[in-house]
Amino acid sequence: MEALLLARIQFAANISFHILFPTITIALGWVLLYFRIRANNSSDPGWIQAYRFWVKVFALSFAMGVVSGIVMSFQFGTNWPGFMETVGNIAGPLLGYEVLTAFFLEAGFLGIMLFGAQRVSQRIHTLATFLVAFGTTLSAFWILVLNSWMHTPAGFEMRDGVAYATDWWAIIFNPSLPYRLVHMLGASALTCAFLLAGISSLRWLWKDNTPGIKKSLRTGILMAAVVSPMQVVIGDLHGLNTLEHQPAKVAAMEANWETGPNVPLVLFGVPNEQTRTNDFEIAIPSGASVILKHSPSGVVPGLNDFVTADGGIMHPPVKPLFFSFRIMVGIGVLMILVSWWTAPQVWKHNEPKRLNAMVLVAMTFAGWIATLAGWYVTEIGRQPWLVTGILDTASAAATHPVPLLGLSLATYLTVYAALLGAYIYTLYHLAKTTTRQAERELDPSQYKGAITGALS
Amino acid sequence: MIEWASTTELFWDDWLPIVFLGLMGLSALIYVVLDGFDLGIGILSPLVAKEDRDLMIASIGPFWDANETWLVLAVGLLLVAFPTAHGAVLGALYLPTTAMLVGLILRGVAFEFRIKGPMKHRRLWDTAFFSGSLMATLSQGYMLGYYILGLPTGWAAFAFASLVAVGLSCAYVLIGSCWLIAKSEHQLQQTAIRWAIRALIGTAATMVLISAATPLASERIFKAWFSFPNLLWLSPIPFLAIALTWRLHTLLKDTSNETHTAHWYDSGRCWSPFAITASLFVLAFLGLAYSFFPYVVPESLTIWDAAASRDSLAIILVGTAITLPMIIGYSIFAYKVFGGKATPLTYS
Repeated sequence: MEALLLARIQFAANISFHILFPTITIALGWVLLYFRIRANNSSDPGWIQAYRFWVKVFALSFAMGVVSGIVMSFQFGTNWPGFMETVGNIAGPLLGYEVLTAFFLEAGFLGIMLFGAQRVSQRIHTLATFLVAFGTTLSAFWILVLNSWMHTPAGFEMRDGVAYATDWWAIIFNPSLPYRLVHMLGASALTCAFLLAGISSLRWLWKDNTPGIKKSLRTGILMAAVVSPMQVVIGDLHGLNTLEHQPAKVAAMEANWETGPNVPLVLFGVPNEQTRTNDFEIAIPSGASVILKHSPSGVVPGLNDFVTADGGIMHPPVKPLFFSFRIMVGIGVLMILVSWWTAPQVWKHNEPKRLNAMVLVAMTFAGWIATLAGWYVTEIGRQPWLVTGILDTASAAATHPVPLLGLSLATYLTVYAALLGAYIYTLYHLAKTTTRQAERELDPSQYKGAITGALS
Repeated sequence: MIEWASTTELFWDDWLPIVFLGLMGLSALIYVVLDGFDLGIGILSPLVAKEDRDLMIASIGPFWDANETWLVLAVGLLLVAFPTAHGAVLGALYLPTTAMLVGLILRGVAFEFRIKGPMKHRRLWDTAFFSGSLMATLSQGYMLGYYILGLPTGWAAFAFASLVAVGLSCAYVLIGSCWLIAKSEHQLQQTAIRWAIRALIGTAATMVLISAATPLASERIFKAWFSFPNLLWLSPIPFLAIALTWRLHTLLKDTSNETHTAHWYDSGRCWSPFAITASLFVLAFLGLAYSFFPYVVPESLTIWDAAASRDSLAIILVGTAITLPMIIGYSIFAYKVFGGKATPLTYS
């Protein structure tokens, strides 16, 4: 059990660190394409300024995503051999297509996108930017196909304990894929939107008035204002899909123990798995029934249905789901409020009020927290299964000695903590040096010191 | 109920694993040549002053990411085509795999942080770039050594694996130097030629030791090499390798004495050391491939034992047949865009 727990923490740490960066690059790739196209067709220097600043953020985030993604591709073999042995016939081709169609595409054109502006025509450079954005999204598609299949497997048959594909169309477009894909793309758009708005607001608060900042801020805020309400609708649909296919997950999210009608919506509480009730519960009567079944008399499944006769727990741990879900929803609501509060200012005056700008700076990485919380809901919510109904997590794990796992886990955690710190610090530093450079260009007489920032 | 397999199905059961072994080998070979030169540049990077280091790193900046993708493809094909072998190999090599991944992480992010972070941190990231490159290279060689022997334990295996780790480092430094000969000018190019000479001697010496130790360590490989008529088939490999090494050594010596016309140093001809080294890599690879076949885990698992289901292999093969030529096509395009001598990289 100890070894299994360490292996799970290691996988969770790896994938949590990894997802931070694709969440930024998936949407930022398209934003860069938008900046690039606007710059091609406009004499306003703001668009190309915005492109040049954000392409650096993209390069940095992309590198972080690549190196942590390579780690992921090795984890299956090093720590979870049972996964490929059981469902390799399905997971293999999906991962293979991800590498062949998406990973190579983005990596192949990234060099041209980043450093090739002077070496190829504007048309080819724009095309390279498109292919990188497209490749990043396609990569997300394949990975989410596999992930969704693990939640809602379809199109296969089991022979001697091994899954064989019978219908690839059903495997790829498995029941939860459309919802998960759109919900994740929405999460990426919101994470990117608040990053754009947060860093631009920070530079604006530093009295940096270069046109590129206003373009980025406006793009970020309007993107957030449009996508955040859509994300609620998609999230609701995704929840209904989960209710149909993984009812235990929804029961844990709502901390609902007994199946029945008029199930309350628990606003706050502390789920207690010993007493199988909620401590300190504050709830809206029939709220969960209304949300999940759109009627107060709707019957909502409870956790007690997922306990076997001999007391075996076949539902996910309740506390992490209950709280992660509330963190995600809370940040989502905050995102709607803040973006709708700021959008009119930015729309009319092209700049925010000071207070709004400060709130946006505070929310720079809000998307990360919401995305992680959302993934914890869905992934912990699949437990005790690795592939729903086919393979349980414990049987897939490799049998490595505890000290070995402890060593690798400690190494990864140290490296990731250091890199996360370096990443955030470097974003701050990039913003600071770009602003200083803009000041120097405006008033060269005040800045006689040597130019230090290596901003080419 | 008995199901009679048709002859076509039997045919594919026989051949698909071989096709996938070939594809996996091809990816691994492309990886070793491509990431070999940029890891080699990483190992060499502390030996020069700041401006030259910036230029060396700029010479690989647009490529390293795509180069590493070939590793993902090779491991991905192992994963999809031979799932049991993937678990067995990576499980046994848990610690060096972790070391390699940490090395690749450190060097990969250092490309970005050293430029985008503050000046005062650059030394730190340069150190991360060097040590990450060395760590990744040593672990790859070490893993290769254990793999050749069939993943045993004990001190003899450790010594052999360490020898291969040193050998692979020399080889990566060699191909990195040859890349730099083609991509640099003047003083740095001369320095690269001197590095290449030393790395060539190191590579040749370790290759001789490894080639002598391998058949002694593995009875199966001894039989595969020294039985008749295999010996006859195989003999061109060592002879060609010796001839190419000799040719490369002469060429490097001549160019370091500047006996070539000035034209050599900035024309396409300065790619010839890289081409010869890449050919040496191909020969070493063929020797290894011959020694392993048909094992995917030496001594224990053949490709037919470890292969995934026929349908799954077929569906990936279709995808590979369509995408691989495209990947090779746009990779060549990217290399052409950044052809010629390396210049500092800019985003504008």
